[in-house]
Amino acid sequence: MTSINVRVDGASYSDDVEPRTLLVHYLRETLGKVGTVVGCDTSNCGACTVHLDGEAVKSCTVFAVQADGSEITTIEGIAGGDGALHPVQKAFHEMHGLQCGYCTPGMIMASIDLLKENPSPSETEIREGIEGNLCRCTGYQNIVRAVQQAAGEMSGATGGQA
Amino acid sequence: MIPAPFAYERPTTVDEALQAIAAGGEDVKILAGGQSLIPVMRLRLAAPETVVDLTRVTELRGVREEGDVLVIGAMTTHHDVITDPLIAQHAPLIAEATETVADRQVRHRGTFGGALAHADPAGDLPAVALALDAEFVLAGPNGRRTVGASDFFVDYLTTALEEGELLVEIRVPKLTGSWGVRYEKFNRVAQAWSIVAVAAAVRRENGHIAEARIGLTNMGPTPLRARATEAALAGAAVTAEAIADAARSAAEGTSPSSDLNAQADYREHLAQVLTRRAVSAAAGL
Ligand SMILES: Cc1cc2nc3c(=O)[nH]c(=O)nc-3n(C[C@H](O)[C@H](O)[C@H](O)COP(=O)(O)OP(=O)(O)OC[C@H]3O[C@@H](n4cnc5c(N)ncnc54)[C@H](O)[C@@H]3O)c2cc1C
Ligand code: FES
Ligand code: FES
Repeated sequence: MTSINVRVDGASYSDDVEPRTLLVHYLRETLGKVGTVVGCDTSNCGACTVHLDGEAVKSCTVFAVQADGSEITTIEGIAGGDGALHPVQKAFHEMHGLQCGYCTPGMIMASIDLLKENPSPSETEIREGIEGNLCRCTGYQNIVRAVQQAAGEMSGATGGQA
Repeated sequence: MIPAPFAYERPTTVDEALQAIAAGGEDVKILAGGQSLIPVMRLRLAAPETVVDLTRVTELRGVREEGDVLVIGAMTTHHDVITDPLIAQHAPLIAEATETVADRQVRHRGTFGGALAHADPAGDLPAVALALDAEFVLAGPNGRRTVGASDFFVDYLTTALEEGELLVEIRVPKLTGSWGVRYEKFNRVAQAWSIVAVAAAVRRENGHIAEARIGLTNMGPTPLRARATEAALAGAAVTAEAIADAARSAAEGTSPSSDLNAQADYREHLAQVLTRRAVSAAAGL
């Protein structure tokens, strides 16, 4: 066992983990953060995407011990303190950017990461930005629309006009 | 699946890492970005006794200049490579190829050195390193040695790295003069590996091609140079015909495999087409 200290969605945790524990399993099984899901065994689907020190990563492809000393944000930590949805969550809801919803946590975390780097992406840039996330239901059209809507709303917000 | 149990070491210097590797037992694996190793461990195709994690070895991260050479630390992530100003200025071919690697999540973790040490024939960066005549600095229990790219890639997933050795940095000669570059990658879907790809760097002088360097991805167990095409292009006019003629020999001396994605003869065809496109773009056509 190796002891780790992490901050997850704003709270601090100290735990002993086996080195082979994947970050996604630590989040789900030790911390109960089951909003982050596992969709594959091959690092392809992106359903497990979280932010590790501010960067989107596939939490099934990081060992929990590697996150020692880091700040992690999951899908459960992006809404406002009053429960208000994050603009990207809101846009997925409004634009119907999901069907079964399994890919959605990862899609949203990848999209937030993309919009941080590129606040007004073109449609192609959105498709490339979420290329690490697979959706078996929607055909992606409404996901792209949701990211476009969120980009508009978020840049409007930083520009000070609604 | 969950990987088999292993002992975990997290050194902070190259010397500590070498000691951890030496003390790690029979089957030691070096962990860089983990984007190839962890999937393989999850499938239990690898079950090392000890994993030596280089993430905290900060001396292995970053890009610096040493005269005519760009020195890229093995642990520099794909994302850092793409956004690095020195690479953009002196080795833009590396940035262009790295942008085609995987997806943004994988590029945040995966490293330049890890991709080269892994030496997957479908990996995008080995052919680029070969085309740019990069040199590899390896550290081992008996000190450091430098190996040229053509000697570093030995076989399928096999490099000149000996047991107990570590890839420390990659030295890339800067392109000086009027070079153009292009990475042409052919794959079918998002985040997919190359079926074939071509890395081209072309230097123009007085309206002619003075020198062309062409690296081929996935045209054999190791990356290859398209030597016949390079020779045909030296001194050639910058015309579509001259480049198309030269590109016809791009698959000479290659030994591509047949697999789910393509038959060998189709790969030979792709090598010619992609070489024509890459050289044309690099030559400014
Ligand atoms: C979904 C997905 C898609 C991908 N698509 C592509 C693609 O299109 N093109 C492409 O080129 N790659 C692709 N990759 C692979 C990616 O580029 C990896 O980052 C890379 O192959 C390995 O780098 P790493 O830093 O993650 O190395 P690791 O996985 O940590 O290590 C890989 C191997 O290299 C060894 N190693 C690592 N660093 C060193 C060192 N410094 N010295 C000695 N040995 C070392 C390790 O022991 C291990 O055997 C993809 C990966 C994934 C998960
Ligand atoms: S569960 Fe992590 S990529 Fe599929
Ligand atoms: S909504 Fe079902 S996988 Fe995307």
